[in-house]
Amino acid sequence: MVLNDFIYLMPLLILVMASLITMLVIAVKRYHKIIYIITLLSLIAAFASLFEIGYDEPYYIRPLFVIDSFALFYIGLILLSSLVVAMLSYAYFEQREERKEEYYILHILATLGACVMVISNHFASLFLGLEVLSVSLYGLIAYLRTRERSDEAGIKYLVLAALSSAFLLFGMALVYAVTGTMGFTEIGIALSAFQETPLILLVGFGMMVIGVGFKLGVVPFHMWTPDVYEGAPAPVTAFIATVSKGGMVALLIRFFLETNGFNYPALILIFTIITIASMFIGNILALMQNNVKRILAYSSIAHLGYVLVAFLAGNVLGVEAVTFYLVAYFITSLGAFGIITLLSDEERDAEQMEDYRGLLWRRPWTAAAFTAMLLSLAGIPLTAGFVGKFYVLAAGVKTDLWLMVVMLALNSVIGLYYYIKIIAVMFYQTNAGRERQALHPSAYLVSGITIALLAVLLVYVGVYPTSLMQLIENITLSVSAPAL
Amino acid sequence: MILLWMIVILMVGGILAWLSGRINDALPRWISLLAILPNLALAAWIWLAEPAANPKATGAWLMQLNIEWIPQWGVGFDLALDGLSLLMLLLTFVLGFIAVLVSWNEIYNKVGFFHFNLLWVLAGITGVFLTMDLFLFYFFWEVMLIPMYFLIGIWGHENRTYAAYKFFIFTQASGLLMLLAILSLYFIHGSQTGVYTFNYFELLGTSFSPAVGMWLMFGFLAAFLVKLPVVPFHSWLPDAHSQAPTAGSVILAGLLLKTGAYGLLRFVLPFFPEAAQAFAPWAMLLGVIGILYGAILAYSQTDLKRLVAYTSVSHMGFVILGVFAFNELALQGVVMQMITHGLSTGALFILAGFLYDRIHTRDIRKMGGFWATAPKMGVIAMVFVMASLGLPGLGNFIAEFLTLVGSWQANNWLTVFATIGLVLATAYSLRILKKIFYGQNLTDHIIHDLSAREMLIMVPMVLLILWLGLYPQPVIDTAKPSIDEQLQAYTNVPEDRTISLEQPQLILQPADSLSQLNKLKNKGGAYGLK
Repeated sequence: MVLNDFIYLMPLLILVMASLITMLVIAVKRYHKIIYIITLLSLIAAFASLFEIGYDEPYYIRPLFVIDSFALFYIGLILLSSLVVAMLSYAYFEQREERKEEYYILHILATLGACVMVISNHFASLFLGLEVLSVSLYGLIAYLRTRERSDEAGIKYLVLAALSSAFLLFGMALVYAVTGTMGFTEIGIALSAFQETPLILLVGFGMMVIGVGFKLGVVPFHMWTPDVYEGAPAPVTAFIATVSKGGMVALLIRFFLETNGFNYPALILIFTIITIASMFIGNILALMQNNVKRILAYSSIAHLGYVLVAFLAGNVLGVEAVTFYLVAYFITSLGAFGIITLLSDEERDAEQMEDYRGLLWRRPWTAAAFTAMLLSLAGIPLTAGFVGKFYVLAAGVKTDLWLMVVMLALNSVIGLYYYIKIIAVMFYQTNAGRERQALHPSAYLVSGITIALLAVLLVYVGVYPTSLMQLIENITLSVSAPAL
Repeated sequence: MILLWMIVILMVGGILAWLSGRINDALPRWISLLAILPNLALAAWIWLAEPAANPKATGAWLMQLNIEWIPQWGVGFDLALDGLSLLMLLLTFVLGFIAVLVSWNEIYNKVGFFHFNLLWVLAGITGVFLTMDLFLFYFFWEVMLIPMYFLIGIWGHENRTYAAYKFFIFTQASGLLMLLAILSLYFIHGSQTGVYTFNYFELLGTSFSPAVGMWLMFGFLAAFLVKLPVVPFHSWLPDAHSQAPTAGSVILAGLLLKTGAYGLLRFVLPFFPEAAQAFAPWAMLLGVIGILYGAILAYSQTDLKRLVAYTSVSHMGFVILGVFAFNELALQGVVMQMITHGLSTGALFILAGFLYDRIHTRDIRKMGGFWATAPKMGVIAMVFVMASLGLPGLGNFIAEFLTLVGSWQANNWLTVFATIGLVLATAYSLRILKKIFYGQNLTDHIIHDLSAREMLIMVPMVLLILWLGLYPQPVIDTAKPSIDEQLQAYTNVPEDRTISLEQPQLILQPADSLSQLNKLKNKGGAYGLK
């Protein structure tokens, strides 16, 4: 390692330091507010350090990492999302748990894991990043251990994640057996030498798909999603929905581009089936739910399906569309789960439909923000979700993926139904509904501001997406120019 | 810039109305009126100044505005105004103004939010009528849905949630098909010319194989036919119209349906001349089915608003019949129909609202004999009922007459059946009058006659519909240049479509298209035998 490597790894090193400092501070004295501030500052510092890194050339730290503008963009996205989740967490944990401080260590570590995945260019770093993320999530999901569903969710995630990791490892081993290397670029080179794809290699890829699919929560590896979303604390749910999935998507794009994955019809077929199944099963199962967190869980399955449509388009426009869609989806999901966090009380999260009855009349601003988030998920204009969906459709139409595009349109309509259901509940005119807030209003100030910012961002990106698109075009140019 | 201001004023007015609703109930109402008035004045001013502002050089377009929006995709914030858009805008603002007045004493619940939605629907509709960029068109197309959904869902009648759902999902699903068609048009045009743009004028010249053209047209038609609505896709309409509050019904019937007709004229006709001609007989058949089916169902309704809703289905059948006749007379009829139907049906919904206000039912079996106590209301109802059945002297007659004359040239038999629809219209229209105003008053209700505010709403509408019936020329003049423009692709009639010599047919042409007739004669068509 040379000194330059440290500069390029600065955001990650800051996170490592932050987790250590947090641990030491807890050892001295448990003080929620200070830990909270340290977490926020370190995330901001990590984000700021991104701007110190040169963007022009991809920087390789052989053999494990590659840092290019694509990776930097995704790290930035992950750090910002993580920051938002952290900001929402204070009011949430302040009223619940007596040992709230360790949450932040796990939070930082999980973020670190996701960042490692994004820059990894080698199976070893991929697996390390993935495990750091997963192991932290085991703790985070079951963090409110006195709650009924919390253990169930944690154990479910633990068992399934471990199983899927095993599949992923076995898949990597098989790929290694065939190609003799674990670096993405080298695998790509080795693969191009084959006339026919060996069966073992396909089996290896297939097993890796299981590991990847689990993390993304796509059908048929989606079983954990609703239970974990429901059982985990609301901020952690937001984290799973955004950071954990976003990191995996970035990894998937990089792996496919480096190894020319789009040239294998078998892989494309597998992903096509996964995509269509995710869209339909996610949306149809969401129709039958009455729990808002479960609805959002199933809807996230469907949304990952939409992302995969753009991913399968496999051209520059497709990568742009995936990235843009993810940004829009991040903003929306963080906002939606943020509002659930905001409305939750010490007993349980605000997850029943009843909790939202008449919200528009009780708390008009919150309800307006939530409506905007839901409309964005449904892809209605004036919101970021619309531009994202438009981008995905454009990518699909451009590559003539007519089957997928029509399925997507069909699913948007199914999806509309359950989003409207929540909106409709919010404007029922009854005076019922819970209205308890244990803390001083100032504790909710940060959460409120965060959600307001997200809502403004949502509308801004929906109305004037040009600047974000410009940014995404620049970053995808660097990653996709050689491959496509 | 004026065009942008129209939209901005409505949107800002909406937000102000919402915020002011916290202070006072009356404030949002006044703000809404003040937001719509300048727009109405602007549109009227443009209309009056039009002959001077429109020398032949600029063609059909009176005003244009181009602002860059998303340059990467070739999306521009392009607005343009021609005669057709101008007429639609006038209708929008007149009905919008009336909708605010109608809600004055009807909406007491969340007044601020109500007017926010009302103004944003109007803003969306204004955008749809003005935009010349297909991305922006879809954008506004969707923007007008959500406030409408809230209007129905929050302030509607007993079955409002269901109606609102149905409305939203029908229109959204069909809109997505249009979006796919827009996207493929965009990519086809881009791959042909290398210029990727959503601009209407650039996309106009795109050529494609007949099969592709057909599919693309179906994408657009999906959105417009559902919105219009044409019969197999109409089932959202009776629910939405009958459950909406009065202002919502007025806007739905008067304006939202017209966006479908406008879309047909503006996009389907010029983009897909070949596909449209191939599909024309089927479209006209659907129109005729709509006319008859809507009329028969209207006759059998007992819910007054549902009845009026089905008359809309019937009247909109004339629109699609006229659009797919591809001649100037029919299209003039269509434009007239859009305006007069907006006024007459809007007025009938308002009357239904007044009645509901007094007796709290929409069931016409419980009504009867109201003329004795409410003669003014009776007279006004009679005017609009007569308009709805197409009595000469009222605007709807002009519209339906022109449409039928035009469609006769395209398809004789279908026109015959469409004309039967007028007889059925007489039946259902007179039934409204008979059930409500004649006969015995079965209830003990004392029906108050129209108040001053209500007269203020209804009298201008009566005057407008009379004016359109007696002197429609200004409307026809204004619409003519844009209609000619939409029909440009159809004026070079292929040989087999010229009128054959063996079967001389009646040709009715307005005086100013005599030259065209002469041209035909020189070719040996029409009566000029060689």
